Amino acid sequence: MLIIENGRLIDPAQNLDGIFDISVDHGKIIQVKPRERDGAGKAAGRRNLSKDLTIFDASGMLVIPGLIDMHTHLRDPGHEYKETIKTGCQAAAAGGFTSIACMANTNPVNDNQSVTEYILRKARHEGCVNVFPVGAITRGLNGETLTEMGELKGAGVIAFSDDGKSVKNSELMRRAMEYAKSFNLPLIAHCEDPDLVNNGVMNEGYVSTCLGLKGIPHTAEEVMVARDVMLSELTGCPLHIAHVSTAGSVWTIRDAKSRGAKVTSETAPHYFTLTDELVRGFDTNAKVNPPLRTGEDVNAIKEGLKDGTIDMIATDHAPHSLLEKDVEFDYAAFGIVGLETAFPLSLMLYTEGILSLPQLIAKFTVNPARAFNLRKGSLQIGMDADITILDLEKTWTVDVSCFKSKGRNSPFHGWNMQGKVVATLVGGKMIL
Amino acid sequence: MGLKSKDLLTIEELTVEEISLVLDTADSMKEISTRDIKKVPTLRGKTVINLFYEPSTRTRTSFEIAGKRLSADVVNISTSTSSVVKGETLKDTGKNLQAMNPDLVVIRHPAPGAPKILADNLSSSIINAGDGAHEHPTQALLDIFTIRERKGHLDRLEVAIIGDIRHSRVARSNIYALSKTGAKVRVFGPHTMIPPFIERMGVTVCATLEEAIKDVDVIMMLRIQLERQGDFLFPTLREYSRFFGLDLEKLKMARPDVMIMHPGPINRGVELSPEIADSPYTLILDQVTNGVAVRMALLYLLIGK
Repeated sequence: MLIIENGRLIDPAQNLDGIFDISVDHGKIIQVKPRERDGAGKAAGRRNLSKDLTIFDASGMLVIPGLIDMHTHLRDPGHEYKETIKTGCQAAAAGGFTSIACMANTNPVNDNQSVTEYILRKARHEGCVNVFPVGAITRGLNGETLTEMGELKGAGVIAFSDDGKSVKNSELMRRAMEYAKSFNLPLIAHCEDPDLVNNGVMNEGYVSTCLGLKGIPHTAEEVMVARDVMLSELTGCPLHIAHVSTAGSVWTIRDAKSRGAKVTSETAPHYFTLTDELVRGFDTNAKVNPPLRTGEDVNAIKEGLKDGTIDMIATDHAPHSLLEKDVEFDYAAFGIVGLETAFPLSLMLYTEGILSLPQLIAKFTVNPARAFNLRKGSLQIGMDADITILDLEKTWTVDVSCFKSKGRNSPFHGWNMQGKVVATLVGGKMIL
Repeated sequence: MGLKSKDLLTIEELTVEEISLVLDTADSMKEISTRDIKKVPTLRGKTVINLFYEPSTRTRTSFEIAGKRLSADVVNISTSTSSVVKGETLKDTGKNLQAMNPDLVVIRHPAPGAPKILADNLSSSIINAGDGAHEHPTQALLDIFTIRERKGHLDRLEVAIIGDIRHSRVARSNIYALSKTGAKVRVFGPHTMIPPFIERMGVTVCATLEEAIKDVDVIMMLRIQLERQGDFLFPTLREYSRFFGLDLEKLKMARPDVMIMHPGPINRGVELSPEIADSPYTLILDQVTNGVAVRMALLYLLIGK
């Protein structure tokens, strides 16, 4: 048995915020008990450890449900030189994540049950966190034919997405929503009109004008958000909008939610911490899709996080090797690694006063769990003991060479952070 | 005083003093090309490599002649014959060139920022001879040199740049060069060719051709890239030349002493009518002549000491 004692527990799912002792046995939470304020002597007495009892003294620490990331790219199968299920899971654990959803754009694409089975088998053997595969909407991400969603669900996928690109054909997207609804699984929409993107490499704006780089207008994202939200309302299929990056997307999603649409959304830390100004100097680590936007967009994203328009913060962890990044900006791959920096970066929303700690933690725990029907994201008795323990006072400097991820493509290298993960438990097992 | 950087990558990062230094140095270089024996020993024993990833006649030849008139050894690499076709990265190509100890590499590349990759990885000097739609600093320097030569000064001049501003590195470099030296710049073209927020670079966006060319001292016409027709930027060359091209009739709206410039190569009958192209208004061939002097000045300033 393990007791995590004297930490500040915040569990938004149960509305808990206080000093608690948490007992874990056989991988499950068995007790969550408020700490008695005058019980200092009592605590000392409890340190009579038997060989079956471990005490984790979490005094001064924050103890929260293990973080959930609904948007990672594990690159396995097919691009193991960028990341593997093993290294991706290690990166997740280092960042405090105990559950991650991995996108289908591997090689082969996760568009049939044997690929899903491969991912889950490998995750069981080599992965230290829970892996939830996302299946493709269309075969080979070709945008032409539906995948066998029923079989994919049977094999273990928790949602469908052609992430990496939009389903361009609106009729196909409509039918995909209707068909997915038959199996009670949501769709995750990567929103980007490929014609409007037109080979752009960064946000279209003053900076792209200065640099002569081809721009991607914010409208490329927004027209697709609008289309997919409307299709969700037409079909009644729950829809999750991935990596929201523009003010216009926030407005559209806010409107849809006020009408009662079954829409949820996520953004990634780089969309509320960075702007397209970072592309000056042609640093390919600032190349990401959707692209870094403007200060106005950043403010709108923060506003959307504050009022709940944006339900979750996900990483869009997109590892690449130097082969894809150490080249001309035009030729570099899109993507930023995020697992090991996401939560500390998001803590800035708390220090800036935009979100309370429980609100922030909800965006990494109960919100994704509810939207995707995962029995995760809370420390209720009986749940898997997936727990993250943080030191909010600890300051550290991001050094990409220390990442567990194979990907080093982070624009946050050298940033000073406050707040560090000190322990991650999955199923009661300390993995960090 | 010299140039602060070992490289010339953009006009954006040059100071007014550095720009003046280049122009003044080019003034004294220009005479060399009029001599019977057009060669001085200034850069004897220095090696200059022209690394061109895009086709170019004028710029590459101009750099080659500039280098040879200063007695540098000039080597031309065009990518159709190099190991670039075998898939070598720019960084690797740069490091291999560095291993042969050149003093300066001139690079033209379709990707914005590519010259910076060489500058960051090579100890030799790098000159950007055009990187995508980003900058073409030597072109802007020779353009303002040509204007200054005619007008005697640059400050308070009014300059119109007309055409595909969005895709033009010449426009960007000239906007920086002219603004820094005190000239005022207006731009004009169909809205498909005007990039967003261009006015924040300090230029005025004109609504009509008349507004663009009325009372200006200089008109810079940009080349219309014929392959852009597939990008929905304009419907036909015929319509483009009618509404956005310049002919003698429309030129009546401008001042009689207006100067017309073009970075070349011109599309006769598209952005410029043939009559204008051959008229005394144009400085197109002066630009080419001055290009050699300006590039000699830059080679001298970067590796001559």
